[in-house]
Amino acid sequence: MTIQLDFSLFTQPEFLGQVGKGLLGTLELAALAFALAIAMAVLIAVMRMSNSKACQAVAAAYVEYHQNVPLLVHIFLWYFGVAALLPAGVQQWINAHNSEFIFAFIGIGLCLGAYMSEDLRGGIRSIPTSQLEASRALGLSYLQAFRLVILPQAVRVSMPAIINHTVLLFKNTSLAMTVGAVELTYVTKEVESQTFRTFEIYLASTVMYLGLSLLLMWFGAVIENRIRIRNR
Amino acid sequence: MNDIINIIQDNWELLLVGQYPHGPIGGLAVTLFLSLVGIVLAFPLGVVLALCRLSPFRFLSWPATAIVYVVRGVPLIMFIFWTYFIVPQILGRPVAGITTMLVTLVIYQSAYLAEIVRAGMQGLPFGQTEAARAIGLSYMQTTFKVLLPQAIYNMVPAIISQFVSSIKDTALGYVISVNELTFAASQINANLLTMPFQVYILLASIYFVICALLTQLARYLERRIALRRAGKAGASAAVASAMQQANV
Amino acid sequence: MNNAMDKTTNNGAPMISFRGVHKWYGEYHALNDINATVGKGEVIVVCGPSGSGKSTLIRTVNRLEPIQKGHIEFDGQDVCSPNLDINKFRSHVGFVFQSFNLFPHLSVTENIELAPVTVLGEKRNSARERALKLLERVGLASKASAYPGQLSGGQQQRVAIARALAMNPPAILFDEPTSALDPEMVGEVLQVMKQLAREGMTMMCVTHEMNFAREVADRVWFMDHGVLIESDTPEEFFRNPKSERAQRFLNDLRSH
Repeated sequence: MTIQLDFSLFTQPEFLGQVGKGLLGTLELAALAFALAIAMAVLIAVMRMSNSKACQAVAAAYVEYHQNVPLLVHIFLWYFGVAALLPAGVQQWINAHNSEFIFAFIGIGLCLGAYMSEDLRGGIRSIPTSQLEASRALGLSYLQAFRLVILPQAVRVSMPAIINHTVLLFKNTSLAMTVGAVELTYVTKEVESQTFRTFEIYLASTVMYLGLSLLLMWFGAVIENRIRIRNR
Repeated sequence: MNDIINIIQDNWELLLVGQYPHGPIGGLAVTLFLSLVGIVLAFPLGVVLALCRLSPFRFLSWPATAIVYVVRGVPLIMFIFWTYFIVPQILGRPVAGITTMLVTLVIYQSAYLAEIVRAGMQGLPFGQTEAARAIGLSYMQTTFKVLLPQAIYNMVPAIISQFVSSIKDTALGYVISVNELTFAASQINANLLTMPFQVYILLASIYFVICALLTQLARYLERRIALRRAGKAGASAAVASAMQQANV
Repeated sequence: MNNAMDKTTNNGAPMISFRGVHKWYGEYHALNDINATVGKGEVIVVCGPSGSGKSTLIRTVNRLEPIQKGHIEFDGQDVCSPNLDINKFRSHVGFVFQSFNLFPHLSVTENIELAPVTVLGEKRNSARERALKLLERVGLASKASAYPGQLSGGQQQRVAIARALAMNPPAILFDEPTSALDPEMVGEVLQVMKQLAREGMTMMCVTHEMNFAREVADRVWFMDHGVLIESDTPEEFFRNPKSERAQRFLNDLRSH
């Protein structure tokens, strides 16, 4: 088995440009999906704590559905399934505006949002009820107590789990390549088929993914340290 | 809804077992085969990796930690492409997609299982180790006869969770044309062309039923184990955190 | 045997009044026909064996516990009225918990100014000034930027008292304020409470600290099994309790 490595392709600007576009695509996808995931996580967590049984049931169903179906299937369902159900005008608009990207980030964001909502829920449940009591005794409404006292503490507790899922969300952007979104893995396969320098390009994008994942994990640790509740 | 019933009626064989007996086996059977065999093979590897991570010898713990970090930092789909490329090179001959997928899953799962076993070991009260060493058991004997059995028992719910994850991971076999459930569904969709939503909702439902049932089993076992071990606060907390870790 | 002796006030109305109050936890009769009043500026100590319902009673005043029967009034407001703006009402009632319940993610000053800013709409600057003055009053001016986790139990409870005072309540309820403290820290908290009493604050305290009762209480209420059995002045209660259960309670207290 002889592999002759030729990394010269990385000095060629058009390939660098391609890889750059892919990397940018990955980062954009990750950022959008993350924003959606966090929004859903807070929404679902709030719904689960509401007094309405209907709200709770909807939230629980959302979480169960997204956690028990593979992310790839979610993406397919959005890109192939939901897209076909949309009215023609909307379909045209979406197709003209990078539909692979849109459906991919929706699928990833909603799915990981379910996991993050469970993290948040665990964090909220870990805050002793005496904190809520003390807030209510001071005259804070339930919403004020939740916003100013419970949630800030719950976020700190759930941080490690949420960071874990953030790294997972970032890695899972690679699944978008299956529907043709231009991100790092898609570009990797493109370059491979164009240059046949499989090992080199695989190595390069693996290093990039690994580097960014580790960066995210490190960044998460920094944040955890910053917001840590001070004890003696 | 009628559409979905029709799809099931026409294609249930394809979904369940692929083209068998008129062709290679596929569909749900392959999905379950991959995840079951995958986790069975990954388990001993995961235990070894966990023990290496916990080992006081740096020549064991550093590479093991590196392996776990690399596996957790690289997307599974990239892994699949790597294995698809490298394994035929190593063996000098072409390799079936299903084998590639199995190898990838084994390596990938073993890293996550290693973390679960490690959490289980670290969640045991230190008194267990002390007592074992006090009656004269060696490090290996302590580990294999006293600590591991308890750690693994405590981790059963997390391991089942990881099994559920591996069922979902098999869907990625689609990208290298492994004939598993998602691939079967995409074939059906390619045939029908006019009902993508129904096909994929059906696909989602099949995964949902299987994974939800297994998840319920894991939760039930977690409650049983937590009750049994009431008082050993460390073990239950370790179970809870490992279940969180493994839960994708 | 329920004795209701008002301390007459300027307008004659008591600060807190219980009339025919009953509470059940399922089958368990937690409060049984409580009739009593707390006058303005009075300091009431509520004591009794555990399970007697004293904590439950004090928690009904700001509706942390609901009641099934009877009337409770606080500063002229009907506590159980469905039309009551519960949040506005509670901001009016000072409450100090046994386990302090400070907010660990906020500094000491932020703990104190949270409710004035959020509930009373006070400007942060003036709330902060008042918070610092209150910290001085409880002897913790130096800890203004510390976090609860960095303080001792006694210090935390004093901050909790300052937090309650920040809302300018007409009365403060204390639910076993020193029971969770190490013995050497009980004194510093009691000192703050005694000072409050001397300044004329209406106080209702559930406590085992009998010396505190002797020094500043106007009346001692003794409860057992949900019934308010005695209401005496401290001297009467400690020297000559009228009921046998109170006798037994005092003996148990003295013997350990």
